[in-house]
Amino acid sequence: MSQTNVSAIKTSGFERRPFESFDKESAFVLITGLLLLVLMPQYSEVYTLITATIYISLCILAVSLGLVWGYGGIFCLGQAAFFGLGGYTYAIAALNLGDTTLGAMAAVIVPMIFAAALGYFIFWGRIGDVYVGVITLTVTLIFVRFLNGSAGDNYSIGSVPLGGFNGIPMTPQLTTLDGSGTPLSTQAIFVISLAALMLVYFICRLFLSSHTGRTMIAIRENELRAELLGYDVRLIKLLTFTLGGGIAGLAGLLFANALTVTPGMFSLTNTVQIVIWVLIGGRLSLLGPIFGCLFVQMISAQLGVSGLLNPEIVLGVILIIFVLFVPNGAVPTLYQMAERGLNRLKRGGHGK
Amino acid sequence: MDYLIILSVQTMSTIAALFLLCAGLAIIFGMMKVINFAHGEFFMMGAFVTVLSVNSGVNFWLASLVLAPLAVGVLGLVIEWCVIRHLYGRMIDTMLATWGLSLGLMGLADAIFGNTVTGISDPLGAVAIGRYSTSIYELVLIGVAAALFVLLFALFKYTKWGLIARAAMQNPHMTAALGLEPRRVYSLTFVIGSALTGLAGGVIAPLTSVTPVMGLDYIANAFITVICAGPAVLLGTSLAASLFGSVNNIFTFMYSSVFGQVALLATAIILLRFSPKGLTAGKLKKAI
Repeated sequence: MSQTNVSAIKTSGFERRPFESFDKESAFVLITGLLLLVLMPQYSEVYTLITATIYISLCILAVSLGLVWGYGGIFCLGQAAFFGLGGYTYAIAALNLGDTTLGAMAAVIVPMIFAAALGYFIFWGRIGDVYVGVITLTVTLIFVRFLNGSAGDNYSIGSVPLGGFNGIPMTPQLTTLDGSGTPLSTQAIFVISLAALMLVYFICRLFLSSHTGRTMIAIRENELRAELLGYDVRLIKLLTFTLGGGIAGLAGLLFANALTVTPGMFSLTNTVQIVIWVLIGGRLSLLGPIFGCLFVQMISAQLGVSGLLNPEIVLGVILIIFVLFVPNGAVPTLYQMAERGLNRLKRGGHGK
Repeated sequence: MDYLIILSVQTMSTIAALFLLCAGLAIIFGMMKVINFAHGEFFMMGAFVTVLSVNSGVNFWLASLVLAPLAVGVLGLVIEWCVIRHLYGRMIDTMLATWGLSLGLMGLADAIFGNTVTGISDPLGAVAIGRYSTSIYELVLIGVAAALFVLLFALFKYTKWGLIARAAMQNPHMTAALGLEPRRVYSLTFVIGSALTGLAGGVIAPLTSVTPVMGLDYIANAFITVICAGPAVLLGTSLAASLFGSVNNIFTFMYSSVFGQVALLATAIILLRFSPKGLTAGKLKKAI
């Protein structure tokens, strides 16, 4: 029955929807992104830039779940695991190799390999639906348990101790490419992060408009039918899952650059938050998760500062309300309303 | 020899605790296909009711065996009425809504009780086995779990409600066509599941520290056990609890509790790879 909502939106026209059309939304992303890219580093204080970098990395994380869950139909609770894995890989590789560029590359590749291996277990075992959610959640929790218990000298990779609950406090910042080892400025890291978010958005757009991407959506709509038409469902799901893992790893890399890596990156709270962002923003769009993420982060920050209400209660209530009343999320629902409004305007006096 | 005895007592009490923890969730999931993510918080509520009652002078057994299930059962009734019944058949949506519920209840408990650790002392003391000693309460826990197993078996097998429940599990539409109101069956099931979880929280409270976030520590194990149990609710849950309880305990004894937990989770993943529908997917499908 959960399918009905999805197909209601879809049949209203993937191509025909006025605001969801490739050009307008992409133009919006491009212009807003470029404006922020030019203006923010000049006019913002360092603290704001760091906060913005954290938010952007979380937005990338949200997009990764939006792609895997919203478009791919794979209910994955493991994005936090890939996120944390990306961060940890970056810190460990960069410290061991003494080269942050190699570390950054590893931070994307290692989660992708891990996602591919895990995906093989899941999709070739024909595990579906909620079961995928539980398995991926389990994997995430294995990481939390292991890393929280990894204090002491016994647990180190190369020369880097894992540090248990405290994580790796000496997580390095990305450096310039000339080999001098000078860390990049906060402004530069902000620019890289924002550019990465835009890049991820357009990569996802390209993927979705490709043949593979369309097949992926077909699988979400009706897995059996897609399979009977001769598509290898397992392979396409694995591709989606791996791409999602890589994007989440990238998010982890950027997050590690703004803060340090700790087991908290893998935590259940983090896992819940990603799902909430995507659900609230709307899983049937790529912009939705971004807005959902920003909205929830800002609310949490405000509540945390004011201390009036426990942020957990507010998040819980918001989640329940959205599931019950706005199951498609804010952005697709707004698109629908706008479309309906436009149609009414077009019909003008001839309407009912 | 003493070592073996103590090891098996420990293992059995781990299994018993796991079975108690999962029984309520398994019944709700098995019958209604509702994944109750607030399960950990129901458990937490049961523990808190017991601790608060004992601290205000109520007898421990009355508090944990009667008051805790009663209170959580009522909570379950309210929640089923407000949230769950609007979402039947939408598995992932139910999961998300109960996840919201979980956050809300956790925040509420945090606001009321504060982020402190409470607990009650072991009510029975210890007994010596050779050179080692174990808490008598752990033996009682095994007894409670065994009693619950027998009780649930009898309930499913010999009562009218059990018959209806099994029918609803195997074919909900046919059950409805035969004139049984599925809503009432589901509502009652959810309340019974919640009450069992409250009972588990109450009974396990003396063995753990009671905090508003304690549900998080239990929820993963509960889910994995129930998912791996498969279609036969009672048999599957007890089999899965035995398997995971043993793995957890053996690895904890050999290495550390972290490894015990990691081994449990790894076993679950491997198990689901080879038997995606759970332990009781094959011939045991029609068992209880």
